[in-house]
Amino acid sequence: MGRMAIIIIPVVIIGVLVIGAFGVYNGLVSSQEEAKTAWAQVENQYQRRADLIPNLVETVKGFTQQEKSVLEEVTRLRSQWGEARQSGDISKSLQAAQGLDGALGRLMVVVERYPELKSNQNFMKLQDQLEGTENRISVERKRFNDSVLNYNRKIRTFPGALFAGLFGFERMPLFEAEQDAKKAPKVKF
Amino acid sequence: MIERALGNRNLRSLFLAGILCLLYCLSAFGLQVPERPEGRVTDRTGTLTRDQVKALDQKMASFERETSNQIAVLMIPSLEGDSLEDYSIRLAEKWKIGQEGRNNGVILLIVKNDHKLRIEVGYGLEGALPDALAGTIIRNEIGPRFREGQFYQGIDAGVNAIIAATKGEYKARPIKKSSPIDFWLPFLIVGAFIIFFTLAASQARRRHYHSGGSRGWNSGGGFWYGGSSWGGGGGSDSGGFSGGGGDFGGGGASGDW
Repeated sequence: MGRMAIIIIPVVIIGVLVIGAFGVYNGLVSSQEEAKTAWAQVENQYQRRADLIPNLVETVKGFTQQEKSVLEEVTRLRSQWGEARQSGDISKSLQAAQGLDGALGRLMVVVERYPELKSNQNFMKLQDQLEGTENRISVERKRFNDSVLNYNRKIRTFPGALFAGLFGFERMPLFEAEQDAKKAPKVKF
Repeated sequence: MIERALGNRNLRSLFLAGILCLLYCLSAFGLQVPERPEGRVTDRTGTLTRDQVKALDQKMASFERETSNQIAVLMIPSLEGDSLEDYSIRLAEKWKIGQEGRNNGVILLIVKNDHKLRIEVGYGLEGALPDALAGTIIRNEIGPRFREGQFYQGIDAGVNAIIAATKGEYKARPIKKSSPIDFWLPFLIVGAFIIFFTLAASQARRRHYHSGGSRGWNSGGGFWYGGSSWGGGGGSDSGGFSGGGGDFGGGGASGDW
């Protein structure tokens, strides 16, 4: 009987520890996946915006003959973003997306000078779609940041921190330029 | 003691992270979002009469019975400097209008003194009520009436247009608050075990006495029927402002008047 206990007790303790470790590890994996999914959502919304741009450029072109440069810039940055996204490099794609933010903001400033364009039904609908997409981007961006904060907290606190080093869970970057990016396209006079 | 603890680099960065989290949280909560109300129409500005609130509520309730789509209206005096879109998405995340899984909720938010309004559309209705249509409803249906001070007429026209747009999207179904199968599943499994062992026992008995088999079947069948009649009782619609669980992703449109 005594010998049995000597064998059983360590086995039970090790079993409990192993099961606990599984739980912690799985928790880390699932919050990492959550953050990745949230990032995919952000990219989806950027894609949605990119899909709107050709139509927007065409519509604006019809009304504004002398504003070629800003339209060309928007088109160029759009394809740049597409390439960056294809490359799969998150920080590159982020940079390109923010460049596009700026160019679209400038385009919207230009548009203010053309009352005829602003009261065009087709353009108004495009503007609704663009604003809606910008809003979706900012919503998904906030959700991404929330899930990254949650994940980063997990890998830096006990007991997650023990496993983070062991299994190579690395810190994920937050969406830092949130404030600037959010305000850029909402220029109104 | 604290200084020594903070001397540790990990602890110090943890401490900083905590402070950052706190600041982040404080900045995230601007103007307080009201709790999910009892009715579908909440007027915090005292603009609508009780009869008008009731008429709107009834219209939206019968639409909800027909399609399961949920619409809610909130009218507040001011955002107190908060951003319309931020406030609106926080409202949507708190109220969770729309059915879970279908995400078919729409919120019409009106900020009376700021002259701003927004139609916030749940994920499931973004196809039926795209941003451009939401913007058109604001510009053509609601805006002109609000400009003349006709708030009830504006809201009514807006709600009508939202109903017209989202009518075909979903059909009503009995709202399952929690599926009865989830609750009864353990019992069913236990029941299945009992049936299995009863059958096994009767098989064993049959091997010994050839006439004993049919009794085992009968008792097993009785158990099964019992199980399915328990399961049939779930899923009733109270008709009140219930449901909830709908998700939003920032779709819809904003406007002013």
